[in-house]
Amino acid sequence: MQAPLPRRLISTPVAGPLAALVLACLFFGLNTGQFFTGPNFSLIIQQVMVVGTLAIGQTLIILTAGIDLACGAIMAFGGIVMTKLAVDSGLPPLLALSAGLAVCAGFGLVNGLLVTRISLPPFIVTLGMLNVVFALTHIYSDEQTVTELPALLTFLGQTFQLGQTNVTYGSLLTILLFLLFAYLLGSTAWGRHVYALGNSPEVARLTGIRTNRLTVGVYTLAGLVYGIAALLLVSRTGVGDPQAGQTDNLDSITAVVLGGTSLFGGRGLVLGTLVGALIVGVFRNGLQLMGVPSIYQTLITGVLVILAVAVDQLSRRRTR
Amino acid sequence: MNAKLPAGLLVTALLLAGCGGNGQSASSATPKVGLITKTETNPFFVKMKVGAQQAAQAGGLELMSAAGKFDGDNASQITAIENMVAAGVKGILITPSDTKAIVPAIKKARDAGVLVIALDTPTEPQDATDALFATDNFKAGELIGRYAKAAMAGKPAKIATLDLAPGITVGQLRHDGFLKGFGVQEGDPSVVCSQDTRGDQAKGQTAMENCLQKAPDINLVYTINEPAALGAYTALKAKGREKDVLIVSVDGGCAGTKAVQAGQIAATSQQYPLKMAEEGVKAVAAFARNGQKATGYTDTGVTLITDRAVAGVEAEDTAFGLANCWG
Repeated sequence: MQAPLPRRLISTPVAGPLAALVLACLFFGLNTGQFFTGPNFSLIIQQVMVVGTLAIGQTLIILTAGIDLACGAIMAFGGIVMTKLAVDSGLPPLLALSAGLAVCAGFGLVNGLLVTRISLPPFIVTLGMLNVVFALTHIYSDEQTVTELPALLTFLGQTFQLGQTNVTYGSLLTILLFLLFAYLLGSTAWGRHVYALGNSPEVARLTGIRTNRLTVGVYTLAGLVYGIAALLLVSRTGVGDPQAGQTDNLDSITAVVLGGTSLFGGRGLVLGTLVGALIVGVFRNGLQLMGVPSIYQTLITGVLVILAVAVDQLSRRRTR
Repeated sequence: MNAKLPAGLLVTALLLAGCGGNGQSASSATPKVGLITKTETNPFFVKMKVGAQQAAQAGGLELMSAAGKFDGDNASQITAIENMVAAGVKGILITPSDTKAIVPAIKKARDAGVLVIALDTPTEPQDATDALFATDNFKAGELIGRYAKAAMAGKPAKIATLDLAPGITVGQLRHDGFLKGFGVQEGDPSVVCSQDTRGDQAKGQTAMENCLQKAPDINLVYTINEPAALGAYTALKAKGREKDVLIVSVDGGCAGTKAVQAGQIAATSQQYPLKMAEEGVKAVAAFARNGQKATGYTDTGVTLITDRAVAGVEAEDTAFGLANCWG
């Protein structure tokens, strides 16, 4: 028996990830004295905000039953464009920043057009784009890291006081982005269309949704979000780094999957993605505080992903 | 919904049980030292970790370690620095993946009162860290350059350079040192082919194959490290050229030193990662004891290893090399 759409949205398996996050926090809190402190939580959010923001775009695309392998590369290119235009070309920082965002959105647009107009699978389109953008980043940057950035590009790395804790503006922006997309996906017609498209493109089309236009819009919007991730990255590291983002495509997919969103499209919540990103960040931080080498963090993240997908599959079987 | 919650709980319980065994070392009055390498898997960094572990045990310190996911992974190194500072380390030993991009994160750690020492690779600028314990990479290149010059004995050279990757200082220094030692300028017509290998054997082989396509009469190959050199050797052997082409390299890993012994590589400049880590940990121990900060550059030494020594270039044989190799 098929539950009505709103109920199915609520019943996405975000409860499991949330429970995992809370338990992980408790575990690390009991085992290390430094874990349960404001500054440490602020740190964890700073550490996950770049991949978390990428994962917002990734969630949008995965909800349409697509996938984006190029997100990290697009972000890296956006970061180089912003910093290089501002520093080397002497453009006003706001203009350089806008150009970076526009370039990222542009790559999203191209991805969306290739997926819809030529009916190429998203996996193939974004795999190709990953290489194209990676190469462009290295060609355009001349393999050089850009330093001495103007204040506008590093502003999000600045902090404000929240009680005893320093919080970066970037962390705040990330949370706001998640809330914005939770609203857009959960409470607007556009959001319902995205879910419908992911559930069944044919049914979505027959109900009058302009699926091609919607898909192109989703990829473009995701690109724009990667541009914001680029700004967050640049503000966090204080440099434009052509090597950045190389594994962030997979890390963003990890966050989406850990957050309970189905890789087969149509089911999931963007706030689940936030939980997924935080799970990775909490494990990395907590294990490091305990003195566990980073290779174990990789191991545990891998196990978590497999378990998360297994849980998704089992719950799908039950709803069928 | 109800059915899903227990699944999540089960997942977490399993994981927590799985990593609970590692929690014992968390208690601490013992000072902590952090080691951050470029990757977790490269034997060079594995050896570095062994050296750090030994020195930490001897000096009564607790070692924390972390690494990037790939060579050039700046973001993971920044995260590791932050987490180690949060864990209250006295000092951090780091092999920076991106020599410029890591600088702001190092500054934050130093502002928090942590001693930061670069191992193996200097930051840009070099004084962004308190101290540097490393091989003189220019000298390492220069040694094999001088060796090659003498070994060629006046024969006109057709050189291939199998380099690291653009924009990475270690590779640039070794390359420049080699040219200086060989007595040619960058852009000299005797350098007929230059390719990046990322220090990888398979990429080294591909690079050499392509170089041979371009210039079949190459007779001298400079390689950034021994995996690249062995890749080059494989490519040369396939063309039946392995006997009349001189391969020189840098690193002094055990596999590489054996390849020198077997005559596949003519000579290599050996460096000492164990020593870098040991000295680094000792410096942090001293800082934890009496607040004294290490400064400046400490050369951890480089030795030319070859069994076909040439006049005028100091070298040790492969017996010495194997006794002191890493990996």
